[in-house]
Amino acid sequence: MHGITLMLKMLATSLLLLFVALPVSATMNVFACEPEWASLVEELGGEEVKVFSATTAQQDPHRIQARPSLIAKMRRADLAVCTGANLEIGWLPVLLRRAANPKVQPGQPGYFAATQHVSLLDKPTRLDRAEGDIHAAGDPHVHLNPHNITRIARALTNTMATIDPQNAVSYQQNRDDFLRRWQQAIKRWEDRAESLRNLPVVTQHKSWTYLLDWLGMQEVARLEPKPGIPPSTAYLGQVLESLQHKSANAILVANYQSPKPAKWLQQRTGIPIIMLPYTIGGSNDADNLFRLFDMTLEQLQTGVKP
Amino acid sequence: MKKLVIACILSAFTTITTSQHAHAAEQGDIEALRQDIEELKKQLDTSQTPTSSQASLNPAISLILMGRFASFDNDPENYAIPGVTLPEETDPGKEGFSLAETELIISGNIDDKFFGRFTTALTAENEIEIEEAFVQTLGLPAGFGIQFGRFYSEIGYLNKIHAHYWDFVDQPLVYRAYLGNQYNDDGIQLRWLAPTDLFLEFGGEAFSGDSFPASRPSNESVGSYSLFMKLGGDVGISHSWQAGLSYLAIQAENRETENGDVSFSGDDNLIIADLVWKWAPAGNDSRTSLVFQAEYFNSTEQGDYTIIGNGTNPVDRNKDGWYAQLIYKFLPRWRTGLRYDRLSIEDSGSTFNGTSLDTQGHTPERVSAMLDFSHSEYSRFRLQYNHDESYAVADNQWYLQYIMSLGAHGAHRF
Repeated sequence: MHGITLMLKMLATSLLLLFVALPVSATMNVFACEPEWASLVEELGGEEVKVFSATTAQQDPHRIQARPSLIAKMRRADLAVCTGANLEIGWLPVLLRRAANPKVQPGQPGYFAATQHVSLLDKPTRLDRAEGDIHAAGDPHVHLNPHNITRIARALTNTMATIDPQNAVSYQQNRDDFLRRWQQAIKRWEDRAESLRNLPVVTQHKSWTYLLDWLGMQEVARLEPKPGIPPSTAYLGQVLESLQHKSANAILVANYQSPKPAKWLQQRTGIPIIMLPYTIGGSNDADNLFRLFDMTLEQLQTGVKP
Repeated sequence: MKKLVIACILSAFTTITTSQHAHAAEQGDIEALRQDIEELKKQLDTSQTPTSSQASLNPAISLILMGRFASFDNDPENYAIPGVTLPEETDPGKEGFSLAETELIISGNIDDKFFGRFTTALTAENEIEIEEAFVQTLGLPAGFGIQFGRFYSEIGYLNKIHAHYWDFVDQPLVYRAYLGNQYNDDGIQLRWLAPTDLFLEFGGEAFSGDSFPASRPSNESVGSYSLFMKLGGDVGISHSWQAGLSYLAIQAENRETENGDVSFSGDDNLIIADLVWKWAPAGNDSRTSLVFQAEYFNSTEQGDYTIIGNGTNPVDRNKDGWYAQLIYKFLPRWRTGLRYDRLSIEDSGSTFNGTSLDTQGHTPERVSAMLDFSHSEYSRFRLQYNHDESYAVADNQWYLQYIMSLGAHGAHRF
């Protein structure tokens, strides 16, 4: 009997120690599914938030596993900022369920899906897996049109102010400051990108829809036969043949994608490959949203075949 | 009224023009507002087209089509592991073509506080079986979660993983011998996730005890209990891991087995230690990855074994075993894997010579190799070879398997 009491005491003491040792912080914990949203949260939240990015630019956001470390992070999040539109369908629902954090469940203020605040391009007309790994709601890679960032920044500020009303004024000030700089930058980018208008390019995956739409560039061929299905040599042969009839000035590849299919095509056509950062951290220089677009435009302008 | 509107428009116009002169930066704001209006117009257009709002309220349905062609040297009807009392449906399966483990899964959020899942499967005997029918809480505070209904116990690493996620056609020998492949039962589970950066989870379960290895005594309402602990995390950006320790305590009364020659009454305590380590360059497993996985089982039976028609004898015996496997993804759609299995079973004495408990001095072992190809995330073909010495007479087993998934997107579980 004495032994049991002692054990219970020890258990209670260790649990108490565990709770005491936990950092009690007033800052808002934000779980960002992708680095672009982590960067946006940093712009809007400033000192008031602590943000964690679940993925890096080297990882394919479609193919993440619900790792233990991600469950642990989601458990402590006050806000989850994700792309939505089924981009994270393979892992986010599992994370949310395993973490069982009531604050960030879908439908709660702490669950923010960026794609709900912009209109999506390329909504499939035929919902059939024979079309590949399609997204029913439309193309989710929305962050590469800076006007979308503007809209998402506004909506995200409102969400952050709802969750953390004490710092609402600070978030709104940060937003105004960010948007002022952002609008100036958009003007600069758009002036600079005039030369890229109507330029035909080959893409690897449907990751560039919004970038091409914004800059008015043309996608003339895609290396993936269907979204999410890697190209076979036979399919690349077809792409090669199609390029006999129409020209392309560049092959766009994201940092996380395999460069092999693009290299295959480059060797046979001489069309230059442009490795674009795609998101924050996709190249050393692309360390915030401004630099991401600076770098993307710079790569495009220096990389395309004249 | 008209005048008022005109006045408003005029005043708005003057405000816009003056501010335009005042701050060039605000021009951008107006631009943004104009785009927002266009955006809203677009959204209005799309909202007027009929959407499938009805369909989105339906639960997610996914159908797993699984089947195989198998070829063995031995007759699988004679399958037995010397010293192990195997339950039903634990043999290497039918030779030739079969549809084993075709599953229908229906799941979804019930409301903002509950999630539910229902899984039904076609068994090797061509019967429909309800594998899972459970409810899970989503909104409990402080990291607590409760699950109730019929579900796979959280013990070990592979126990709760559905057949279509397995890396091999069959379960490791420890699961086959000590859990009848997988332990699922009707019951309740409580779990708590610690608020730490290291993943740390504790939990416990209580089950009715109506499926193997449990066999609930008629005067008890709960036939088995479990406790589990899991921890895990990342090491750098390329490595991630999870380790677990679990305990299953069951009470059995007249637990019969497939052979039908002995039955057990007493306590069966099982301890499982598991480790999974995954590596992918920069954490991107779409091209290359390496996964190491190993589990150790230790089971102690204390009670009485009845040799049917030949009296009851007390038994206190220990059985253990382990497996280790390595899965290597060497191309975006190709994986290969190796697995080694081993059991060691304490002899129960000469009283049991000639029964299922007779180890015949044999150490059950198995080596498996597999190669699989996935055209997309939804389809997979697998070739597997086993050199199976879990039998008294070694067997060579070949499997060709397909796993196809239709409907809702599956989970990328760790």
